[in-house]
Amino acid sequence: MSSDMKFKDGKWNDSIEVKDFVTCNITPYTGNHDFLVGPTSRTSQLWYTCKAALKEEREKNGLRDVDTEIVSGIKAFKPGYIDKDNEVIVGLQTDEVLKRAMKPYGGFKVVQKALSEHGLKPGELITESFGKYTKTHNDGVFDAYTDEIRKFRSLGFLTGLPDNYARGRIIGDYRRVALYGINRLIEAKKEDLGNIKGPMTDHTIRLREEVSEQIKALYDMIEMGKSYDLDLSRPAENAREAVQWTYMAYLAAVKEQDGAAMSLGSVSSFLDIYIEKDLQAGKIAEEDAQEYIDQFVMKLRMVRHLRMEAYDQIFAGDPTWVTESIGGLLIDGRSKVTKTSFRFLNTLYNLGPSPEPNITILWSKNLPQGFKDYCAKVSVETSSIQYENDDLMRTSANCDDYGIACCVSMQELGKHIQFFGARTNLAKTLLLAINRGQCENTGTQIVEGIPHLKNEYLDYDEVVANFKIAMKEVARVYNEAMNIIHFMHDKYYYEKAQMSLIDTDPKINIAYGIAGLSIVADSLSAIKHAKVKPIRDENGLTVDFEIEGDFPKYGNDDDRVDLIARDVVSHFNKELAQHRVYKDANPTLSVLTITSNVVYGLKTGATPDGRAKGVAFAPGANPMHGRDTHGVIASLNSVAKIDYTDSKDGISNTLSVVPRSLGSTHEDRIANLVRTLDGYFGSNAQHLNVNVLDRETLIRAMEHPEEHPQLTIRVSGYAVNFVRLTREQQQEVLTRSFHESL
Amino acid sequence: MIKGEKTLLVHSIESFGTHDGPGIRLVIFLQGCNIKCLYCQNPDTIVLKGGTKTTIDSLVRRAKNMKIYFGEDGGVTISGGEPMLQSKAIIPFFEALKAENIHTNIDTNGTVRTPEALTLISGLSDLIMFDVKSTSEEGFEALTGARKLQASLNNIKLREESQLPFWLRYVLIPGITDSDHSINWLIQQFSEMNYLERLEILPYHKLGAYKWESLGMQYQLKDVNENTPEQIETAKNVLKRYFKNVT
Repeated sequence: MSSDMKFKDGKWNDSIEVKDFVTCNITPYTGNHDFLVGPTSRTSQLWYTCKAALKEEREKNGLRDVDTEIVSGIKAFKPGYIDKDNEVIVGLQTDEVLKRAMKPYGGFKVVQKALSEHGLKPGELITESFGKYTKTHNDGVFDAYTDEIRKFRSLGFLTGLPDNYARGRIIGDYRRVALYGINRLIEAKKEDLGNIKGPMTDHTIRLREEVSEQIKALYDMIEMGKSYDLDLSRPAENAREAVQWTYMAYLAAVKEQDGAAMSLGSVSSFLDIYIEKDLQAGKIAEEDAQEYIDQFVMKLRMVRHLRMEAYDQIFAGDPTWVTESIGGLLIDGRSKVTKTSFRFLNTLYNLGPSPEPNITILWSKNLPQGFKDYCAKVSVETSSIQYENDDLMRTSANCDDYGIACCVSMQELGKHIQFFGARTNLAKTLLLAINRGQCENTGTQIVEGIPHLKNEYLDYDEVVANFKIAMKEVARVYNEAMNIIHFMHDKYYYEKAQMSLIDTDPKINIAYGIAGLSIVADSLSAIKHAKVKPIRDENGLTVDFEIEGDFPKYGNDDDRVDLIARDVVSHFNKELAQHRVYKDANPTLSVLTITSNVVYGLKTGATPDGRAKGVAFAPGANPMHGRDTHGVIASLNSVAKIDYTDSKDGISNTLSVVPRSLGSTHEDRIANLVRTLDGYFGSNAQHLNVNVLDRETLIRAMEHPEEHPQLTIRVSGYAVNFVRLTREQQQEVLTRSFHESL
Repeated sequence: MIKGEKTLLVHSIESFGTHDGPGIRLVIFLQGCNIKCLYCQNPDTIVLKGGTKTTIDSLVRRAKNMKIYFGEDGGVTISGGEPMLQSKAIIPFFEALKAENIHTNIDTNGTVRTPEALTLISGLSDLIMFDVKSTSEEGFEALTGARKLQASLNNIKLREESQLPFWLRYVLIPGITDSDHSINWLIQQFSEMNYLERLEILPYHKLGAYKWESLGMQYQLKDVNENTPEQIETAKNVLKRYFKNVT
C-alpha cells in the first residue's frame, strides 16, 4: 500500500477479505459517550441548507426536482454539490440535492406513472427507447407470469412483490473500495472471470456475463470518482478518504439501482480503524472525526428514489432503507463497538432525529454497558433506532461480519445476497380454508381440493386440515412467482455495481414473508377455545363471524395461543422449503409487513377472531392492536416464542411505550429499557423497534406538521418521518398499542 | 407448598411494572378492597365481586417466564384493591416464587391484621410497600371511610421489628395531607425506623376521576387541585433532612 497507514497484516492482504481486516485492526471501545462532540460550523451550515431543501421537498408534494432527460447510472450525472465549501464528504445521486432520477430498467410504466403524478413525463428520446426498443424487468415478469399467479396477486394473496419495482436487499461490501481501491478489485474480478470456463451451461454463461458487467461497473466507479477529483482506483490513505471512498461506492449503487431497500451494511467500525490511526498520529481531532461521520450521514439522509404514489401503500413515508448495522460481537468474543459506533448515533443529536440511515443496533448481552446505556438513551430521546439479536444471529450463522438488509434480514457482507420476496397474506389464506378455497371477497376459486365445512360452528381440526391444504398451494404459487421475478431481475436490471463488491457467485437466500400472523393465531384460538359461527352470504362466502365466549389472544404470554402462532410459522416455512428456487437459493421466511399491514387489512374480509372486514393487521409479528392487555413483557414473551430457526429472515416486532411507563426518571427509563432489551433478546427473540413517545405528541404533529418535520417513529423494521405518512397511516399508528401503566 | 387457596381473584395484570417496587415487576392487581379512598385510581378494584379467578400455578408460570427481565432487583408485586384480603392465597403463591428465587413485594394499605397477613408482613414477603393514608384517625376516616390508622401503624411496626425492609408511600393531597403538621407527624413516626428503605411522596392526581364517573359513582375530590411541582419539592426537601431515601 502506498499509504503511510500501517495496519496489522492478515489474510486480507492476499485476498478480498474485509472482515479479516476488521478483526485484525479493530479497537473496541468500552467507555461511555462523554468523548462525543457537537457538529462543526461547516456541518451546521450544510445541514441548514439541507433542511431548507427538505422543506421545499415537503412543500412540493414530496418531489423537489427530477431529471426527466437522463437515465440514471453510475456515470450519468455530472458531479453535484450542496455547498462545496462546507462539504468534507462529497457526492450526490444527481447534479443537485434532492433531485431525483429515472431508473427505468425496473419498469418504465412505473417511471411514467411517478412522473405523471407530478404533471411530468420522461423526455422523448427515453420514451421512444423504452416504449419501442428496451425491455424492462417488469415487462419480462409479466411475459412469464401465469394466470394463476396474476390471480393470487390481483386478489391480494400475494402483495408487494418486486415485479414492478427493483428488488433491492442486496448489500454491496462498500468498504472494499476504501480498503483495496478499485484497481485491485478489478484485478480480482478479472481473475474470477478467467476461471469461469466451459462447459457452457446456463449457469456458466450467466455468471460470465454477470462478472463482465461487474467489471464494467467498477471502471465506471473510477470515472465517477474522477468527476469529483477523487482517485478511487487506489486505496483510501486517511480517515476522510476512507469515509469518502466508502460513500462513493454506496453512491454508485444508489445511482444505478432504486431497490426498495438499499442497505449500507456495517461500516462504522471499519471506518473507525482509519479514524483511530489518524487520531493516534495527531493528524485529526475528535471534531474532524465527528465531522466526517456527520457529513457522511447527512449525505445518506439525502438519498432519494423516484416512486409512484401506490408504492407508498406498502412502503410508506418514502423510505430508502440505508440500513447501517452497529455493534455486535466478534466470534472471538471481543466487542465490535468502537468510538465510531457512538459517533454514528451522535448524528441523531448533531443533525436531529431522522429515519435514515436506518440505524440498527446488533445487541448482545456482552456489549459494553456504556454502549447499551447510550443506545437506550438515544431510543428514549429520539425513537430513531432499532435492535436485533446479535447473539442469536451470530451463533446461528457462525458469522460476525454481517449487515441487515432492509429491516430484519441478516446478510453476510460480501459473501451472501438475498432475493427479496415481499409476502403472502396468511389471514386470507386461512379464509380459503373456510370458504372451499374461494376468495372471500370475490368467490374466485383460488385453491382446489378444499372440502366444504360440515358444521354450523367451526371445528378446529377441520379448519386446520383445510388451512394446511391452502398453505401448501399458496406456497407453491408464491415460489413460482419468486422464481420468475428473480430470473427477470437478473436479466433486465442486474445490480452490477453492488455485485461487483461481492464475491463472485455468492450464496443466496430467498426471502419469503408472511403478513397477518396475529390474526391467524387469534382466529385459530377463537375456533379452538370459543365457539365461532361463520355468517355466510347467498354464495356461501363468509361475511362475518359470531363468537360465543372468550378465547386466549396472542400477545399475553399465553401458550394456548402463542404456540399456535409458532406452529403456523413453522408449518408454512416447511411448505416453502419444498420448492426449488431459481439459482438454487436457500429458502427463508420473515414475519414482517413494512407498512403493508394497512393495505393487507383492506383486502381481507372479516376473520374468525372478530376482526371486521378491511381493518388493518398488526405490523410484522406484533400482537393485534389492543389485544395485548398484560403489558409489555407479556407481549414480548409471546413474540419471542416464534422460533427463529423457522423464520431466519427475521421476526419484526415494534414496541411503543409512553415515557412514564418506562420509569419515573430519565435514568430509570434508560436502565429499564436496557433490561428489557437484555430480557427480550435473552429469550431468543430476533428484532425490536423501540418507540418512546406518547400519543399526544403524534396528534400534535398531525395538527401542526410544519412544527415537527423531524419527528421520527419506528413502524415496522424501519423508521419514518411521522409527518410524511398519509393520514390513514398516521391513524393506524395511533390505534396501535401504546403500552401505558400507572 | 403449604396448603391454602389455589386461586387469586385478579383484577388485572401488568407485566411491565416500573413504579411498583424495584426494577421491572410483574404486578398483579387483586380484586376487592376493605376501604374506599376518595382518590382511588382504580375504583373498579374496590368492590369484592368481579375479577377473574386465576390459578396460582398460572401466575407462577407467568412470573417464571419473566425471570430474565427481572435482573438483580425486579420481581413480583401484588397490588390491588387490597391484596391482604387474599393473604391466605398469597402465602402459597409467595412460597412458590421463593422456590424460584423470585423477589416478592406487596403494595398494601396496611390495615389488614389477619394471621396470614401478619405472616406475610413478619417474614414471607421480601418487601412491603405500606400506604400511609393520613396522619390522624379522623383524617383516615374522612379519606377512606374507616378508622384504621392504628391498625396500619401496628403493621408497620411489626415489619420494623421483624427487621425486614419496607417502603412507605404517602399521597400529598393539597389542603388535606400536606400541612406542616402532617409532615412533622411523618417525621416523628417513621424517621427513626431502621428498615424503612424508601419514603415515596406521591403527587395527588385525578387520573382516576373518569373511572369513578363511568362506574356511576361520584368523585368527591373534584375541587381539590393537583399539586404544583413546587409543593412536591418543598415537602420532599423537608423530609430529606430526616429520611435517607425520599423519592
